[in-house]
Amino acid sequence: MERLKSVDELKALRSKLIAGSDPRVPTIVITAGTCGQASGANDLIRITKKELLARGLRDKIRLRITGCHGFCEMEPSVLVMPQGTFYPKLKIADMVRIIDAVAKGEVVEDLLAKDPETGKRIEKQNDIPFYKGQVRTILARSESVDPIRISDYIENGGYSALAKVLSSGNPKWVVDEIKASGLRGRGGAGFPTGLKWELLAKQRNGNGKFVVCNADEGDPGAYMDRSVLEGNPHSIIEGMIIGAYGTGATDGVIYVRNEYPLAIKHLIIALRQAHELGLLGKNILGSGFSFEVRMVRGAGAFVCGEETAMIKSIEGMAGEPTQRPPYPVEKGIEGKPTAINNVETWANVPVIINIGASEFAKIGTKGNSGTKIFSLVGKIKNTGLVEVPMGTTIEKIMYDIGGGAVSAKKIKGVQTGGPSGGCIPATLFNLPIDYESLAKAGSIMGSGGMIVMDEGTCMVDVARYFMNFLKDESCGKCYTCRKGTQRMFEILDDITKGQGTLESLDLLEELAVVVKDTTMCGLGQTAANPVLSTLRYFRDEYAEHILNKRCPAGVCKELVTYSINENCTGCMLCLKACPEEAITGKKKELHVIDMSKCIKCGACKSVCKFEAVDVK
Amino acid sequence: MITLYINDLPVQVEKGTTLLEAARFLGFPIPTLCSMEGLTPYGACRLCVVEIGEGPKAKLVSSCTYPAEEGLRVRTASSRVVKARKMILELLLASCPQSKIVQDLASAHEVRQQRFKQEYEDCIMCGLCTRMCEEQMMAKAIGFRGRGEKRSIGTPFDIRSEECRLCGGCIYVCPACQLRCTYAEPEKAICGGCANLSPPCIEKEKFDDMMCYMDPCVACEKETTTEKKAAR
Repeated sequence: MERLKSVDELKALRSKLIAGSDPRVPTIVITAGTCGQASGANDLIRITKKELLARGLRDKIRLRITGCHGFCEMEPSVLVMPQGTFYPKLKIADMVRIIDAVAKGEVVEDLLAKDPETGKRIEKQNDIPFYKGQVRTILARSESVDPIRISDYIENGGYSALAKVLSSGNPKWVVDEIKASGLRGRGGAGFPTGLKWELLAKQRNGNGKFVVCNADEGDPGAYMDRSVLEGNPHSIIEGMIIGAYGTGATDGVIYVRNEYPLAIKHLIIALRQAHELGLLGKNILGSGFSFEVRMVRGAGAFVCGEETAMIKSIEGMAGEPTQRPPYPVEKGIEGKPTAINNVETWANVPVIINIGASEFAKIGTKGNSGTKIFSLVGKIKNTGLVEVPMGTTIEKIMYDIGGGAVSAKKIKGVQTGGPSGGCIPATLFNLPIDYESLAKAGSIMGSGGMIVMDEGTCMVDVARYFMNFLKDESCGKCYTCRKGTQRMFEILDDITKGQGTLESLDLLEELAVVVKDTTMCGLGQTAANPVLSTLRYFRDEYAEHILNKRCPAGVCKELVTYSINENCTGCMLCLKACPEEAITGKKKELHVIDMSKCIKCGACKSVCKFEAVDVK
Repeated sequence: MITLYINDLPVQVEKGTTLLEAARFLGFPIPTLCSMEGLTPYGACRLCVVEIGEGPKAKLVSSCTYPAEEGLRVRTASSRVVKARKMILELLLASCPQSKIVQDLASAHEVRQQRFKQEYEDCIMCGLCTRMCEEQMMAKAIGFRGRGEKRSIGTPFDIRSEECRLCGGCIYVCPACQLRCTYAEPEKAICGGCANLSPPCIEKEKFDDMMCYMDPCVACEKETTTEKKAAR
């Protein structure tokens, strides 16, 4: 494609692309984000291409390979457009039947999703409970674009927001629109984006200004940004160009964690294609505005998601946070004004410009406008990415969209906000999800991770897990953070091993407060949150571990005993599975576990078909 | 000139002055470990924290790195600050009890307990040695490596440095190396012998044979009173 020299040329290209594609031609959309590929989407793609070629159907059926659509539990899945038919959890043999059906304009009934309550088949994607409750402003766009084809993005309205902005010739209007929309940073802190841009715009131009996309998604269990980066990288690039125009930035940096190879690949391709078309670089679309974006890869440090540490990392040094003030908008990369925003924040920018600030502000609640993507994972039936308006209750996400508990065990709570967040017990599930409500309950929204926990999850073990993560990821500068996280982990470890005392619990709380108060950056300041929130709502579990040396959930290895109950049929499967030969028993006789040899690996429990192994 | 209020006392300082310098100018004592005149402030030890702001938004910041702001209200010894300092010293005693500087600071702040598992490390990662080497000796032979638990100070890849001129500056400024506490017993982390606030003699076996130069000693007073009681 030739370099576009004006907004009109972009419009003409879009019209040409729309005219050249017949909307009535059916399209098979295969999700091939990281989760899709890991589940076998590549095989489906291969077989589809082969079949379409072999049957001469390449003009009759289109194949589109996209990023993640959000329903990770059902990967690999296929969507047939324009009907919107959804086929979940497919195998290679199923694919051939689907191609047959699409060619005839039919539907393969027995491959459709089933309604969990009635058992009836559901044809359309938007009728499935998981999708029905969502408002997929950002995620749905991944369905219509192949991330490595900029033509798909443009055909579907991509870069029209940029055209609108450049045609206005008014950078201040851009900042005002974002302010009026009420967009708050989606990275976790929720700082008003419009205000950040206004502060950046106020800084003197002429010496260089930076806008940065924070794609160092470090929270365990959170992968919303990965989905947007893999599935729709142009939305972020468009957002950054708009932001740069509004604030006077000259350079952009996308800081992406090295552990996202597919996202990096798609970003490199997208940046190159945008450059070739003249949407990046000098004199964008003939407007006189120039803007360059480069990609910087992380090196595996969670702390580099913190903005001052990220700036250090971009400059080539070790990621260590620095004191604020001065804030990055005043002194950032190389001492120049810098505004750092999260991937989801940037993805919302073209949406706001296209639908208008007041329309955007209508979604969500007062002070919390727009939608938010959450990664719903853990002990829940429908794991995946969920996009809902701000203010939706946790209950709705858990049960209406998430489908409820994955096993007979009841849901106990949900952990939000990753290692900086806290646990919200099931009794508070009627809370709306917004920045203030979650903070009052002792947690934070964070980047949107939601880890569901049931009665089989030990809350002390959860706190220990997060503290282990934080003590390894702390940069180590502040004494209280480095030593504090180590000591808090030590105490929690002792408690899970049955060596805790009530005094150590008091010491834990005292230390947690000091670490929170005295550490310089967000990692240390929020390090105590998992501990403090689990103590607030699940203190009884801590007491069980300390006073009775018992783990109610049956998780903490030192405190549980494995035994065989009367369900045992004497099949000898567990005997053979045990690596320590700790189980004795003859055929058809009740087996017995010798606890002195048992290493509590759980192999016996997983092979037993009669639920005869008890873990107490 | 910027005017700010430290413990409600107004003070005027030039732009770029840190809260630590302003507080010391007024004479308020603020303990520090990783700060030294002549080296850039780092903010690693967190001992110099002070409370700024009012109400629910009040927070603790390290005074050695925080620049003075117009109208800022600073408290150098609020209860939050004192609690924080005591806990930090407890953590220091738990890891590096052989440093006399740490022991003296602990005594001065009345830290009488150490509730963590005792460790014996040589380095508190205050960064004084790295900054001395880079800024004063212009050698930059040593630096920080790793993060979190695995953080350490040394030369790149532990190779013998060509930049190091064996000046001994790093040893000179190190709080752990400078002065070794020679009295602390391995089992008991807190000494306080030099500062004489909680004399360790009472737990010594040969207590009666010891020459005591304190008059009156808290410990002896106690012991004597019990003896006197028993004699009566």
